[in-house]
Amino acid sequence: MMIQFHSLAQFLAMGKYGAYVWPSYGLTLLVVGLNITWARGLLRQAQLEARRRLAMQAQRA
Amino acid sequence: MSPPPATLTAPLMAARLVITRDLMLAFRRPEQLLQPLAFFVLVTMLFPLSVSPERTTLRVIAPGVLWVAALLAALLALDFLFRDDAQDGTLEQYALSGQSLTWLLLGKTAAHWVLTGVPLSVMAPLMGYTLGVPASASVGIMLTVALGSLALSFIGSIGAALTLGARRGGVLLAILILPLAAPILIFGSRATELAIRGEAYLAPMELLGAIVVLSFTLAPLAAAAAVRISLE
Amino acid sequence: MTWTWFHRLGSPPYVYRLAGRLTPWFGWSAGVLILAGLVGGLVLAPPDYQQGDGFRIIYVHAPTAWLSLMIYTWMGVAAAVGLIWRIKVSHAVAAACAPVGASFTAVALATGSLFGKPMWGTWWVWTPRLTSELLLLFLYMGYMGLRASFDDTQRADRASAVLAVVGIVNVPIVHYSVVWWNDLHQASSLSLAGKDTIATSMLVPLLVSLLGFTLYFGAIVLVRLRGEILRRERATDWIREALA
Repeated sequence: MMIQFHSLAQFLAMGKYGAYVWPSYGLTLLVVGLNITWARGLLRQAQLEARRRLAMQAQRA
Repeated sequence: MSPPPATLTAPLMAARLVITRDLMLAFRRPEQLLQPLAFFVLVTMLFPLSVSPERTTLRVIAPGVLWVAALLAALLALDFLFRDDAQDGTLEQYALSGQSLTWLLLGKTAAHWVLTGVPLSVMAPLMGYTLGVPASASVGIMLTVALGSLALSFIGSIGAALTLGARRGGVLLAILILPLAAPILIFGSRATELAIRGEAYLAPMELLGAIVVLSFTLAPLAAAAAVRISLE
Repeated sequence: MTWTWFHRLGSPPYVYRLAGRLTPWFGWSAGVLILAGLVGGLVLAPPDYQQGDGFRIIYVHAPTAWLSLMIYTWMGVAAAVGLIWRIKVSHAVAAACAPVGASFTAVALATGSLFGKPMWGTWWVWTPRLTSELLLLFLYMGYMGLRASFDDTQRADRASAVLAVVGIVNVPIVHYSVVWWNDLHQASSLSLAGKDTIATSMLVPLLVSLLGFTLYFGAIVLVRLRGEILRRERATDWIREALA
C-alpha cells in the first residue's frame, strides 16, 4: 500500500470531489465527537442528580 | 340445546359483540362519522386551489391527492378509536374482562374501518371525479381505497393505543403512524393510478392485501400490549 | 452457569460497574480502528476506476449507514427483551441506543447525498433504499418523541418498546431494498457468503472502519447506559458505593 497523493494540494482536491469528500468526513467526525460529549454529559448529569438525591435522603434520615 | 364450546368461539363472539356495540354507538353520534369525510373533501379541494384547476394536471396528481387526503382523514379519525372507551372506563373493563384483549381490539378496529374507511372509499371516486378522473374508474378507486384504509385502521390502532396516555397525542400519533403507513400509501396510490388508467391493478392490490393480512393479524396484538401499558 | 451470567445482566449495579469497566476498551480500540480505517481510505486506497477519489466518501457513508441499521436492531431487540421479560436494564439499553442511532441515520443520509450529487447528479432521489432509510430516521424520532411524552419512566419504556418492535420491520426493508427493487443505489459489494466485488486494497480500510465504528457505538451506548440506569434506580445503597 502506498500513499496515493503526491502533494497536499492534490490531497485536498480529491480529484474534483473535494467539495463532497471533505464535508462528508467533517460531518461524520463532528457527529462522532458530539455523541461522545453528549453521552458523557448525560452520565455526569445523572451522577450529579443521584448524588443530590442521596444527600437529600441522608438529610431526611 | 347446549351452548357452543366456550373456548373456541368466545373470542369471536366477544369481537362480534364489540363490533355491534361500536357500530350502534356510532350511529347515535353521526357527526363523528361526518367529520373525517368533511376533512377528506376539504383537503382534496386544496389541491385544485393551490396547484392548478386544469383537469389534465389534476388528473395526473389525482391518485396521490386522494391517498394523501384519505391518509390524513384516517389519521384524524383514529383519534376516536379509543378515546371514548378510555375516558369512560370501558377500555379498562375490556382489559380486565378475561376475554382476549387482542380479539376485542380486532373487533373495535374492524368496526372503526366500517365507520371511517368504507365511507372514505365511497367518497373517493366522487372527489376523483372533481379531479378529472373518469367515472369508469369508480369501482377501482373504491376497492383500492377500501383495502388500503383497512390496513391503515389496523396499523393506526397501534399508534392510537400507544399515544392514549401521552400528552399532545395528536401530532405524535401522526409522526408515529406515517412512517409505518408509507408502504400502504405507495402501493395504494399505484393501484389507484392503474385503476384510473383502466389497466389491471391486481398486482399492487395483492401487495396491499398482503399488508392487510399482516396488519390485522399482528396489529391487534401490538395494540393490546400498548393498551395495557397505557392503562397502567 | 450461563444462566447466572444472564441474570447478572439484569442487575443494574452489576451492569453499571461492568459498563464502566468495558468503556475504555471499546473506546480506545474504536479510536484506533476508526483512525486506521479513515487514513487507509483517504490516503492508501487506490482511486476508483469510475468514481475517482470521490468514492472515498464510502469510508464514512457505509459505516454510518451500517450503524443506523445495526443500532435500530439492537434497540428493537433490547426493547423486546425488556417487554417480554420485564427487565429494566434492557429498556435502559434501548433508550441509550436511540439518539445515537438517529444521529448516525441523519449522517448516513447526508453523506449519501454528498456521495450522490457528484455520482448521480442529484442530492436526492425517491428510491426504495433512500426512502426507507429516511423512514428509519422518522422511526427513531417517533421513538424518542413517544418516550418524551410520558412523565413516568416505566410507561415510557414500555410504550416506546412496543413502537421499537413494530418498527423493526423497516430494517430488512432498508437492507434488502437494493435486492428486491431496481434501485439507483448500488447493491451490496460486500457479502458474507459469496465473493466480494470490491478490490482488497479498498476493502481492508472499509472493514477496519466498519469494525471501528461498531466498537465506537458500543462505547457510546455503555456510557449512556450508565446514565439511564442511574435515572431508573431508586434503591440507594449500591449507588452510594458506586459513586464514591
